[in-house]
Amino acid sequence: MSQAAVIPQNATPAWVLPSRGIVGMACLIVAESAIFIIFVVAYLYYLGKSLTGPTPRDVLELPIFTSICLISSSLTVHLAVSALHRAKQSLCSLWLAATVLLGGIFIGGTAHEWYQLIYHDGLTIRTNLFGTTFYSLVGLHATHVVVGLIMLSLALIFSLNGAMTTRHTEKLEVLSLYWHFVDAVWVVVFTVVYVLGR
Amino acid sequence: MATQAPATAGIGQPANLSHTAPRRLVLEVLHDWVTTVDHKKIGLMYIGYALIFLVIAGFEALLMRVQLAIPNNHFVSPQVFNQLFTMHGTTMVFFVGMPILFGFGNYLIPLMIGARDMAFPRLNAFSFWISAFGGLLLYFSYLGGSGLYGAGAAPDVGWWAYAPLTARVFSPGHSTDYWTLAILLSGVGTIGTAINIVATILCMRCPGMTLNRMPLLAWLYLVMSCLVFVTISPLTAAQIMLMLDRYVGSHFFDTQAGGSAVLWMHFFWIFGHPEVYVLVLPAFGFANEIIPVFSRKAIFGYPAMVAASVGIGFISLSVWAHHMFTIGMTAGANTFFTLATMVISVPTGIKIFNWLATLWGGKIHFTASMMFALGFLVQFLLAGLTGIMLSVAPFDWQLGGSYFVVAHFHYVLVGAILFMIFSAFYYWFPKMSGRMLSEKLGKWHFWLFLIGFHLTFDFMHIPGLLGMPRRIYTYEADRGWMIWNMIVSSGAIFQTIATLLFVYNMVWSYFKGPIAGPDPWDAWTLEWSTSSPPPNYNFAVIPTVDSRRPLWDLKHPDDPDSYYE
Repeated sequence: MSQAAVIPQNATPAWVLPSRGIVGMACLIVAESAIFIIFVVAYLYYLGKSLTGPTPRDVLELPIFTSICLISSSLTVHLAVSALHRAKQSLCSLWLAATVLLGGIFIGGTAHEWYQLIYHDGLTIRTNLFGTTFYSLVGLHATHVVVGLIMLSLALIFSLNGAMTTRHTEKLEVLSLYWHFVDAVWVVVFTVVYVLGR
Repeated sequence: MATQAPATAGIGQPANLSHTAPRRLVLEVLHDWVTTVDHKKIGLMYIGYALIFLVIAGFEALLMRVQLAIPNNHFVSPQVFNQLFTMHGTTMVFFVGMPILFGFGNYLIPLMIGARDMAFPRLNAFSFWISAFGGLLLYFSYLGGSGLYGAGAAPDVGWWAYAPLTARVFSPGHSTDYWTLAILLSGVGTIGTAINIVATILCMRCPGMTLNRMPLLAWLYLVMSCLVFVTISPLTAAQIMLMLDRYVGSHFFDTQAGGSAVLWMHFFWIFGHPEVYVLVLPAFGFANEIIPVFSRKAIFGYPAMVAASVGIGFISLSVWAHHMFTIGMTAGANTFFTLATMVISVPTGIKIFNWLATLWGGKIHFTASMMFALGFLVQFLLAGLTGIMLSVAPFDWQLGGSYFVVAHFHYVLVGAILFMIFSAFYYWFPKMSGRMLSEKLGKWHFWLFLIGFHLTFDFMHIPGLLGMPRRIYTYEADRGWMIWNMIVSSGAIFQTIATLLFVYNMVWSYFKGPIAGPDPWDAWTLEWSTSSPPPNYNFAVIPTVDSRRPLWDLKHPDDPDSYYE
């Protein structure tokens, strides 16, 4: 494992290959993107084809605040990585905690939205095609958020008890790549479901 | 099963161990194999389990051919026939083709690029076991499933599982659920292995092994794995939708609630057609390694081969709806998919010409491996020609859903891919086991399989042209299909005998075959620089390479390739 930060002493051109963690995560992101594309296509294909109500225009509200929280968590996780890179562990813990908090607010917002939809608007996955495609697409994304939150919380615990050091910068970076991906997917989901779909 | 136990139990162990160390308990050996993260052992387990499923799914095909040999036959019931073609197709694609190719990839890629293991060894083991579990789940349906026809039923919805037949209303019970879960699990394993292969190839190459010097097999697996990300994932997404439909009552493919059966077809074939290339690209990779060695020439047109492979990867993503001409698409869509399908034959043609140019003027060694590779060349060309016929939408309207289509894709899957897999066995078995396969039995295997193949699949085109539809369990005697079906079924017998001969050859040669030595074919890629079988972690010292044929450089220091590249 070469450390990216260390400048090699000798001037001979070293045999440098990309980091396997980052390549692996990039591949996973491509594969996951393909899964999301299929769900987005299904959502768009069935837009306005529901035989019964409720329709997106009736029940959906723009989740502006929670979306801002999720998007900002991309920044905080980036700051956590760079803090770890500069060996500032407590700063890293702080930014990780902020990321988990922001992600938690987002998932709480989704839970609240679903509660409203199910108990007040009577929209479930069985109601109509809108319910089917909405819950599966948003639910698939929320699942990814939950997985990310679990991993970020683990990283936070490791960071708090001092098990995470600069040696682990690359691993945290791989995790941050995943989290950026989850945020980027939300931009697409937000656009498709809450902007175009209404 | 019996064929596999001895074949796996000792491969990968240095041959001298049995003399120096006491025989280990079966349980210890088993524990070794179950917990291993070694790429060679995982590769062999992939190959082993694929071979078991190859025999099972081949037997299912044999039963179908017995049923169709004569008109008005009652050998199997219509219900069993539906299950047979569903299980045959699903098994062959997901639990034979994919694992056997991943097995060879797992075994060969680290050796060829000078690495000690895959990039993620534990992910590798996980991927194998989850795929294997998927296969077991599919066959457990015979015990635990209950489908359209009551308890103890295997899936019977076809390997394409068109909606709305898969809805709970039309396929009650659990057999379809077993099918979905099996595909989903094997899909997860496949994506895991593909990630592993890409990361291994990009990040684990030995010094000097630039992308431009990499063995073409590694290039082909790189393209194939990238294709897996964008094809298996849609299938996985579609399976999630199908499971939601069946378990929580959503309406993705529920036509009663406005859902679309055509959408499933799109999702399935967005996976289904590139899947053909996922299977055939590694076969091209084998050909790229085997044909030059037995022609005693370097591969012709290395950069063109790489470009053609990448080209096939991209174009294959835009041809899926040629499986759907008969559902009635717009004229624009028909034209697009016809043209895209024809365009893909251009890079494929480049490959065929490059292989011919490699053979041209070469000193060809007609080993069993090379004979299978030459069979592949001819049959792949013929399969491509019927493919171009079927790519023309009006022609497809006439023959879509007929035995002509079945003959066409079996020509690709058996005539090209399976032939190349056999070729790979004869070529790399000495590396994997340390012993040569019998050439004499290998030639019997080749000729018998060749005769059987052509009897079955050449003549299968004709009942298709005469109007015999796929998926029927029997037919009337006055249709004029009988003689053709009889010939087709008789070919299956030749293929069965040839396959049994192959299995026997592997078992016999594993124990009694001549010792292979590290480099029996005087080959040029790095795997032949290790002992046979290679030691744990492959290379005591990580090699450095200066050309595309590192062993040529080593054997001919006076005339190295690196001078010309």
